Amino acid sequence: MEIPYTVETRPDTGLHNCKLGIWLFLASEVMLFGALFSTYIILRTGAVEWPHGELNVWLGMANTFILIGSSVTMVMAWASLKLNDFPKHRWYLIATFLLAAFFLVNKYFEYADHITRGELPTHSTFLAIYFTMTGLHGLHIVGGMVVMAYFAGPGAKMWKTKPEQFSNRIEATGLYWHFVDLVWIFLFPVLYLL
Amino acid sequence: MHSDPAEVKQTIRRYMMVGAALFVGTVITVAANQVHLIVPLAITVALIIATVKGSLVAAVFMHLSHEKKWIYGSLILTVAFFIVLMMLPLLTTADHIGTPIHTPSPTAEAGHEGH
Amino acid sequence: MDKVATSGTAAHGHAHDHAHAHEHEHHELGFWRAYVFSQDHKVIGIQYAVTGLVFLLFGFTLMMIMRWSMAYPIRPIPLIGSWLGPSRVAQGIMLPEFYNQLGAMHGTIMVFLGVVPLAVGGFGNFVMPLQIGAPDMAFPKLNMASYWVYFLGGVTMLVSFFVPGGSAMSGWTSYAPLSIIAQPGQLGQTLWLFGMVFLITSSLLGSVNFIVTIVQLRAKGLTWMRMPFFVWAQLVTAFLLLLAFPPLEAAGVLQLMDRLAGTSFFMPSGLVVGNKPLTVSGGGNPLMWQHLFWFLAHPEVYVLVLPAMGIVGEIIANNTRKPLWGYRTLVYSVVFLGFMSFIVWAHHMFMTGMGTTISAFFQTTTMIISIPSVIILTAFLLSLWGASIRFTTPMLFALAFLPMFAIGGLTGLPLGLAPSDIPLHDTYYVIAHFHYVVAPGTIFALFAGIYYWFPKATGRRMNDVLGQIHFYGSFVCINIVFMPMFIQGLAGMNRRMYDGGLLYAHNQGLPLKLNIVIGMAAWTLGLFQLPFIINFFSSLKWGKKVEENPWDATTLEWSAPSPPGHGNFLTEPIVYRGPYEYSVPGAAKDFSPQFESERA
Repeated sequence: MEIPYTVETRPDTGLHNCKLGIWLFLASEVMLFGALFSTYIILRTGAVEWPHGELNVWLGMANTFILIGSSVTMVMAWASLKLNDFPKHRWYLIATFLLAAFFLVNKYFEYADHITRGELPTHSTFLAIYFTMTGLHGLHIVGGMVVMAYFAGPGAKMWKTKPEQFSNRIEATGLYWHFVDLVWIFLFPVLYLL
Repeated sequence: MHSDPAEVKQTIRRYMMVGAALFVGTVITVAANQVHLIVPLAITVALIIATVKGSLVAAVFMHLSHEKKWIYGSLILTVAFFIVLMMLPLLTTADHIGTPIHTPSPTAEAGHEGH
Repeated sequence: MDKVATSGTAAHGHAHDHAHAHEHEHHELGFWRAYVFSQDHKVIGIQYAVTGLVFLLFGFTLMMIMRWSMAYPIRPIPLIGSWLGPSRVAQGIMLPEFYNQLGAMHGTIMVFLGVVPLAVGGFGNFVMPLQIGAPDMAFPKLNMASYWVYFLGGVTMLVSFFVPGGSAMSGWTSYAPLSIIAQPGQLGQTLWLFGMVFLITSSLLGSVNFIVTIVQLRAKGLTWMRMPFFVWAQLVTAFLLLLAFPPLEAAGVLQLMDRLAGTSFFMPSGLVVGNKPLTVSGGGNPLMWQHLFWFLAHPEVYVLVLPAMGIVGEIIANNTRKPLWGYRTLVYSVVFLGFMSFIVWAHHMFMTGMGTTISAFFQTTTMIISIPSVIILTAFLLSLWGASIRFTTPMLFALAFLPMFAIGGLTGLPLGLAPSDIPLHDTYYVIAHFHYVVAPGTIFALFAGIYYWFPKATGRRMNDVLGQIHFYGSFVCINIVFMPMFIQGLAGMNRRMYDGGLLYAHNQGLPLKLNIVIGMAAWTLGLFQLPFIINFFSSLKWGKKVEENPWDATTLEWSAPSPPGHGNFLTEPIVYRGPYEYSVPGAAKDFSPQFESERA
């Protein structure tokens, strides 16, 4: 029993199921991070003083470059599939994975640095919201990495049997990954700069 | 895959250009921060730059510029409720009965509308 | 529930071969993949429905115990008092902490483990794909995952009763800072938060599935304005779940961090507990929890009611043998209602010190949102005008929904206006208001749905005599339970008092006496659910067998066999007309199904 429009697009909506599904999921993620941004606003406007200079701006900026780079490699991974170049696709996918890992390594050093200096989430609402927002963002990166690892590894078999469906799934992964990048594009200035 | 290679190559060039623009945007954001504007202006500038960068990611990388109605519709709805979630709790604290216990910080003062 | 999976037995003769083919495919799956870890929306729907019903019964039982403490405070609980243990009762008399646990869990279980899973997970999953002519949901594996994550959330909530300190006890609303500091280190409250995270995740996955299915998998000819109202209601509900739940998930994580990591998201500065200042950083805002909680919880109440309205719409059309009045109006109203539900939430927070301007905003949006509800109810009422009403068991429940929801809705108006909310907030008036909409409102509609779609799911009808006993008994008792609460609330009786307000000055006399009346009615209401439970199980075995369309209905699900096999339809469903073409002048039958090409 086949579910229609898993691969081909439905004529009146122009969509295949996966694409609508992932966008709706991203909409819910906007609301999830939105709640945290809203909490940030309330905490900051209600605070007597708000810390500045506790975060390493250069490391944050480097991480921003890394994540933007990973967005580029991710979209190239999908474009390579469109050009029927599977080896290049895989190379770009792995590059995205590695850049994501690099981001997490940087974050690990950042966190470790704060913790050794006693700058814990319990210390102030600023640190609490910083750790929570970047932590949740980091968990989303891990999730993305798991999916990428799957598609670079065991999941890649689908390219040989159902190439259209595989390319749809990579597109969905890409959409999720760009969203993760988008969140960071807002997180970085809000937490590190303002 | 039935995609015209020339078209895809053009799209790839667009991806690279957007990538470069995002890098530049990041540098601008950090540079703007070094300038030490007053808080409301700093917030506005930072958010504008972030919104421009975010829009590029959404429009080009996520192909939102040529997406279908259902996607646009769902996202517009989401953005509307996102704005509600940002603004309304703030408005309930900005307009309140009685006086706050502590002296509001300059940040808080700037966010209030005549109270 | 095995009737669902074995497709062939109740189907027509000529469909038998197809049905057998389904059975073979089915047997290849094995017991666990067919009935437990199934990806078939019908099996999953029944799993949700049965689990939901069990939780409803459990939540009801918690309330029956609470009502003892309110009717006969400081008296040992009969029968079970001796079993509850020293952490819950002292010489059989309920401890206040236990009462609070019962209260918090009654609310949580009824809303999140009972009604929503039954209304959305159960009815939505089972009926919606059939009504749109789809072979299954768009993402069957995701559907299965949704159910099991819900199940995990339910188990987490149940387990919380048995950990040291008992379950959560800060209300279903879990307001900070009480929920963070009450009984420090209490595991139950933490488990509640984890349970909520699971339940919210389950809902989110489900809502994506529902929206994609409705948008993408509608059958040929099923245009938007030919969709049954039930499907519209489920679509709007899915959007509410999709966009309103995530903030509560975030808030749950923040409260978990406050409890476990000692952060101060919701902990204000300068808090002193038991003469000792708390060693937290402070600077948090307790109201932020309320904002994030109610941002979800207000749309949540529409999640509770919209599927019920959908069910009532279907049953009224079918049993009046007339089209629903104002189909287009109904559709626009339900969409508008969904949209408005996102901007009214702070009417739950009128007492938190917000200024008059923002309060006026929320009062205005709240008044506006009552309009589409009234329009929907009026449309249903007008649908009865000039109708040939068949008083079947589903119709009895569906008809009762109308005045019951009306009472609930109208009594909400004083709560939505700040000046009148001030004396009524947190009193029994509020409890009466919201129970009227959910209990004789939504839950009656859900019962209606069970009686109505049971034949489709099982191939057998439920017994009408038992159904009528269930209906009349429940209807009378439930009104005796909740109507007096308005009087108690207006007299000033506060909610969440373990002794039923024994020592409150304003409660003396009538309000206190009413506690006994309410208790008696509640326990009798419990007894009247027995005919339903007996009916449900005995009809599975001995109910009168039916063919595809026992109700002579017009919507697509009635073209599939009863019960449908994998893939649902024997031939590709095609839709030729609107969903409620009953009593069309000139037609031979008094109904023209959507799926029949020629009008009979």
